[in-house]
Amino acid sequence: MYEKDGEQYYIVDGHVHYWDARPENRNRYGEGFIACFYDYHRNLSPEEYVWPKEKYDSYSEEDMVHDLFEIGYADKAIFQPTYLKDFFPGGFNTTEQNAAMAARYPGRFIVNGAWDPRDGEPGLKAFEALAQEYNLQGIKLYTAEWHGSSKGWKLNDKWSYRYLEKCQELGIRNIHVHKGPTIWPLNRDSFDVADVDHAATAFPELNFIVEHVGLPRLEDFCWIATQEPNVYGGLAVAMPFIHSRPRYFAQIIGELCYWIGEDRILFASDYAIWQPKWLVEKFVDFQIPEDLLGEYAPLTPDVKRKILGLNAAKLYDLEVPASLAAEPVGAAAIGSEPVSPA
Amino acid sequence: MITHGQVLGALAGVRDPELDEPLTDLGFVEAVAIEGDSVAVRLRLPTYFCAPNFAFLMVDDARAAVQALDGAGAVRVELGDHFASEEINDAVRDERGFGGAFPDETEGGLDSLRTLFQRKAFAARQGRLCEELLTAGRELHELASLRLADLPAGADRDRCVELRVTLGLPAAEDSPAFLLPDGRAPDRAGLDRYLRITRLIRVSLEGNAGLCRSLIETRYGGVQGVAA
Repeated sequence: MYEKDGEQYYIVDGHVHYWDARPENRNRYGEGFIACFYDYHRNLSPEEYVWPKEKYDSYSEEDMVHDLFEIGYADKAIFQPTYLKDFFPGGFNTTEQNAAMAARYPGRFIVNGAWDPRDGEPGLKAFEALAQEYNLQGIKLYTAEWHGSSKGWKLNDKWSYRYLEKCQELGIRNIHVHKGPTIWPLNRDSFDVADVDHAATAFPELNFIVEHVGLPRLEDFCWIATQEPNVYGGLAVAMPFIHSRPRYFAQIIGELCYWIGEDRILFASDYAIWQPKWLVEKFVDFQIPEDLLGEYAPLTPDVKRKILGLNAAKLYDLEVPASLAAEPVGAAAIGSEPVSPA
Repeated sequence: MITHGQVLGALAGVRDPELDEPLTDLGFVEAVAIEGDSVAVRLRLPTYFCAPNFAFLMVDDARAAVQALDGAGAVRVELGDHFASEEINDAVRDERGFGGAFPDETEGGLDSLRTLFQRKAFAARQGRLCEELLTAGRELHELASLRLADLPAGADRDRCVELRVTLGLPAAEDSPAFLLPDGRAPDRAGLDRYLRITRLIRVSLEGNAGLCRSLIETRYGGVQGVAA
């Protein structure tokens, strides 16, 4: 919970990792991957939050709990597993590893699972077992994941639909999708989100949370989300611009509110790339610059409350303090198609 | 005798296919070496995992641009520090195309990808010109009747004309100042929506370009690329 100027904010960090990128758990691709993550971290964090590379390769559980919950204001955090076993042989952060940590800190984490359509029938069975073991409510998919010689897949592949049907059958409603920078086939735009559009139409009961609000394809994401009421935007990677490029951040959040509306935007830090403490503090203090207010609506405390936690609480059936539970009626997304009640 | 300046001039004509900005402005040219009539160019990108299709296009376009210079002998363009450096560099050297670099992972070439991003670049630049006119005091409803010749002079207008030609859109001075992707002019009623969509594309492209610029600086510890 975060409090400022008499306003309270329930915080759900929608995208966190507890990763293992130690030299002994990575090949040259893993080394390039974590170096790229580190450049994002040091490029977009305030100086006092930049870690040495050794700590970034492998931080402790205590670091994570401290940064998220003791100083970071998060009430809940959602583990989004990223296997990447072609880069990190033991896994970058798997459902099993995340669940083991979550069990040591009860009530803090939501553990999401994952699947890969290229695993076919055996993968489907393994996923069902995973879902039952960890009582999964959500999954994280990474369409750019390498798998032997394959450099990616699409959400509307035949086997993807089999797995999505399985999610529906198991009552797993929240499908987090992370794009790029490779996809099958490689001649298509690597960050193409068109497959999300197809899947969201085919599975109207599932919620598709596009991570990083589709960045670097904000325009494609917004376009799809205007037409599909079950598509949401996760703010991981977009949030830190609030510090280094606040005007650009204002434009992103302004465009999102215009096109998809305040009810479908979810806060996330992408820990340990960035930390929720400074993101939450800066977001609560943030306002659209005056000269952009003709184009974008101002961010009220009610809008911020939804983005910081209430929207995610709805998707994951989280109990919100009674004082915050009464939901104000929000402004409709101007750019979206009219949505008929479900 | 081929000169450093000529090679950089040729590279300044090569654009990042997504960002629509010259490689020399983005800091993507790491080094140029000339020996006799042989030219070696080394390129670099903001991350190890930049999209391989765009990376391929930049290396291949750079090779073609330098090779086209009068007096150019053997030309070698190589991308460094990228997960697919080897596949891309070898395929470009042997002129095997994108399919030759990633034989089982592609369905065809990169022409439609290139066109898609040229369309986005065109929309973003038109959006910027639109906003420039509005800031200068024009009313939105006036814009529908403007002609290409009425647009403010500068890099955005020049590039828009180039892109119109490339995309097969009307490019005469008396053609409409603003065009939808299919070549029609937006009507007065559609202009507000048009402006909204072009603004979204512009925000996205400008944001990406800004991030690429700052990431390459972080990645290479502030070592500048070779500028034209």
